[in-house]
Amino acid sequence: MNIPAFQPSMYLALVPVISLVTVALLVLLFDALWDEEKRRNLGWLTFGGVLLTLVLTAFLAAPGGSSSLVWGGMLRHDWLSFTFTLIFLFGAGITALLSMDIPALGRRGEAYILLLVSTVGMILMASAADIIMLFLAVETTSIPLYILAGFFTKDDKSTEAGFKYLLFGAMTSSVMLYGLSLLYGFTRTTSLEGVAMGLMDFSPGLALGTLVLLLVGFGFKISLFPLHFWAPDVYEGAPTPIAGFLSTASKAAGFAVLMRVFLTVYPSLNAYWPMLIAIAAAFSMTVGNLLALNQKNIKRMLAYSSIAHAGYALTGFVAVSELGVNSVVFYLGAYLLTNLAAFGAVAVFWRITGTDEIADYAGLSRRKPWLALAMLAAFLSLAGMPPFGGFIAKVLVFAAAVEAGYIWLVVVGVLNSIVGLYYYLKVLNEIYHHRNEETEGLPLPITAPQGLALVVLSAGVILIGFLFTPFFNLGAVAAAALF
Amino acid sequence: MQFPILSVIVFTPLVAGMLLLFIPADRKQEARVAALAAGLFTFAMSVWVYFSYDAAAAGYQFVEKYSWLPALGISYHVGVDGISAPLVMLTGLVMFTGVLISWGIDDRPREFFAFLFILATGVFGVFVSLDLFMLFFFYEIAVFPMYLLISIWGWKQTREYAAMKLTLYLFVGSVVALVGALAMYWTAYQNTGILTFDMLQLEKAGFSAGFQQLWFPFVFLGFAVLGGIWPFHNWSPDGHVAAPTAVSMFHAGVLMKLGAFAALRVGIMLLPEGAKLHMNWIILLALVNVVYGAFIASIQRDFKYVIGFSSVSHMGLVMMGFATLTHDGMVGAGVQMFSHGAMTALFFAVVGMVYDQAHTRDIPRLGGVSKVMLWPTLAFIVGGLVSMGMPGFSGFVAEFPIFMGVWQSHPWIAVVAVISIVVTASYIIRIIRSVFFGELPAEFDGHLHDVRVLDKIALGVLTLVLLVLGAYPPVMVPMVETGVQHVLHLLGGA
Repeated sequence: MNIPAFQPSMYLALVPVISLVTVALLVLLFDALWDEEKRRNLGWLTFGGVLLTLVLTAFLAAPGGSSSLVWGGMLRHDWLSFTFTLIFLFGAGITALLSMDIPALGRRGEAYILLLVSTVGMILMASAADIIMLFLAVETTSIPLYILAGFFTKDDKSTEAGFKYLLFGAMTSSVMLYGLSLLYGFTRTTSLEGVAMGLMDFSPGLALGTLVLLLVGFGFKISLFPLHFWAPDVYEGAPTPIAGFLSTASKAAGFAVLMRVFLTVYPSLNAYWPMLIAIAAAFSMTVGNLLALNQKNIKRMLAYSSIAHAGYALTGFVAVSELGVNSVVFYLGAYLLTNLAAFGAVAVFWRITGTDEIADYAGLSRRKPWLALAMLAAFLSLAGMPPFGGFIAKVLVFAAAVEAGYIWLVVVGVLNSIVGLYYYLKVLNEIYHHRNEETEGLPLPITAPQGLALVVLSAGVILIGFLFTPFFNLGAVAAAALF
Repeated sequence: MQFPILSVIVFTPLVAGMLLLFIPADRKQEARVAALAAGLFTFAMSVWVYFSYDAAAAGYQFVEKYSWLPALGISYHVGVDGISAPLVMLTGLVMFTGVLISWGIDDRPREFFAFLFILATGVFGVFVSLDLFMLFFFYEIAVFPMYLLISIWGWKQTREYAAMKLTLYLFVGSVVALVGALAMYWTAYQNTGILTFDMLQLEKAGFSAGFQQLWFPFVFLGFAVLGGIWPFHNWSPDGHVAAPTAVSMFHAGVLMKLGAFAALRVGIMLLPEGAKLHMNWIILLALVNVVYGAFIASIQRDFKYVIGFSSVSHMGLVMMGFATLTHDGMVGAGVQMFSHGAMTALFFAVVGMVYDQAHTRDIPRLGGVSKVMLWPTLAFIVGGLVSMGMPGFSGFVAEFPIFMGVWQSHPWIAVVAVISIVVTASYIIRIIRSVFFGELPAEFDGHLHDVRVLDKIALGVLTLVLLVLGAYPPVMVPMVETGVQHVLHLLGGA
């Protein structure tokens, strides 16, 4: 392994990280300077900072033609990490907007700092090229999220969510750490590529054992069956924007590291693990969708649906092809837009009505037609209906799987889409069809940041459904980085 | 570059639907007028396309092609041939008359028209698609608005059930077909080395006979679910009955054609070898549609269910015409798609008008409607004659060739299928007698009044179309023949 010596240009790879840390420090500063009344503006500060980071990243941190190992072999600066960085930054910015007007969350500087630090962790996860970096990145991502999930300290459900998330997370990451330490023990190196070379000398069974241990950690992050149990309780209890962030950006980070590690470290096992992943994906889809059917609480329903979506996205990955990875990246991008829109609408509704029960959404289309339309776009996109992003995303992952011969998995996916359509339509039925005479005339104000977030997300969901080519091409170069 | 007329037709409803949502909720009349303008414009464009289609030149015309996702060979590729041009006009016709009929909708009309127009965009899109991906894209767009349209504005007693049933049935069908389409896509890539969803290229992809025979049933039946093929027709009468009038018109008039059309375009045209093998049993399914549908229709007490099941029966004729794989049968099926579309739209319009005032569709309770509603009565009689396949009406132009085709390929099936004509005549005549003639029951005295002028315009336009096509078949038949020629060419004949 030759590790390139330090060059000043390596700072470019860290542009998003440096920028986010600066924003976090600014938030910390202004949190102390501003009094309670003005602290809501910390949300705007965070959003502006993340937006600036996004622009800086897009212009400065784009990798060149080939991927490069930077910072002593700790990080890999390639199109995959770049693309995922953009996805995380977008998710963080929107989450900041949605959090602003949530009581007990939006006026607390810590919330924004934790959000930013967690995003830094995700960016490092997507670019980690070293076992130690990888573990640190995963923890940097998770620890702030444990706190954020339990942020409503006066609400039992939220504290329960935080604690549950912590326990599950700690358990799975210790299993993952065990796997990582075994890898180091076998190969005496911490660099992913070095590990891959070292593993060649060992039997596939042994390597597969470490892979399963790592999958426990990654599977937890993406809420893959059978490591999905935490999701419904945590989503239900966590502040809604945070639940949205967990289900999208955090999940995407899990996918990024999963794909990078599996394709980099275990190329010799390409014959074995796709079947393992395919089975887990099939169960995720089926279990997630079936359990979502009877949910009364919309956040729990979305939690089960997000378990199912992890399965759909993995359907593309089992193809072990460039198109497969490309389709997963596209899926995660589309899913981020869609699910943030769904959680955003839920957050807006909850702020005024204080309820997350699906039955309470009755008559929403009369009460607030635009909010109803945003939910229509989000839920139909989740169901995989055109012209929304979810359709093309689903077609792409299925196409990749069919190409690789996983017809049975696609059939499972297709059957699951039908189940999914049923419960998504049930919510829309509530919104559009049922009436609630008592609440119909009541106002349901949407604040400026919430409105901005929902408009951006809904437009994005439709845009990505029609003009998918640029996103697809970005996914294509990202995928090429792994092959 | 020529004027992109097909794109204009496809996207006018969508854009109009989006713009409608910006009209304030309480300005209902403005929403209606805007919807009518969009409907009329689209209809006019579709008529223009129909009459400018050059049947002598045949082939795909008004073609537009832009790459959409070049890496995967997805393009925006549209064009009409002799089979789809009439269907485009039919969609325009039903969209326009549907807006006219829906004038009385008072609950959130802008949303109603917006969803109806999104549906129309999906339907237009499928009829003009020459790209398989695009076809699915628009096919699904056509499916989901139905759910909302039925569940919100439908008949209170069954709408939730019927809407969900319909949506799930159709979605199941389409995703089954989607798996088949993806299989075609990759197999074509293996055969030719070209990644493309372009149907004109897939036609030449050289699928092996075994491959075609394996996938044909999935693709054909997947789409035929929307065409109402037995035993997957069950969603259709429930859906028709639960839907509000304009949606029933759209649904039976156009949407079911969508299924038949896509089954033809993707099933028969791309997998002709599979068609040759499997049509021998699929024609039996169609036969069940035709005969069973007619019998079930004849024992219904609910006016709207009669029409609903008659659609099942008539769509069976379309499927049967395709299944013959003969020139006559397919031309008949092509014309039948148009004729039945206009006819059934007319029927549902009349049913809606009667129900709106009488608040019942129970046939024994109705009677003497002709005394107050002259136009609907006349229109229904014309529709009835079309439905029975009377010479001089468009139904004859369509059904006669279908039976000729069936006779050529499966004589004994023709013998059984003919029963349906008798049964159809019996229930149509029964309805005309007991709903429109006889005594007006006392309970309706003073409640019933004549229909609005807009309703009369809608009925007039639909009736006129049926009469013209019946009186002068060359207005459509040669055009459909050019389309069928191409299908036969793919099947290896002619």
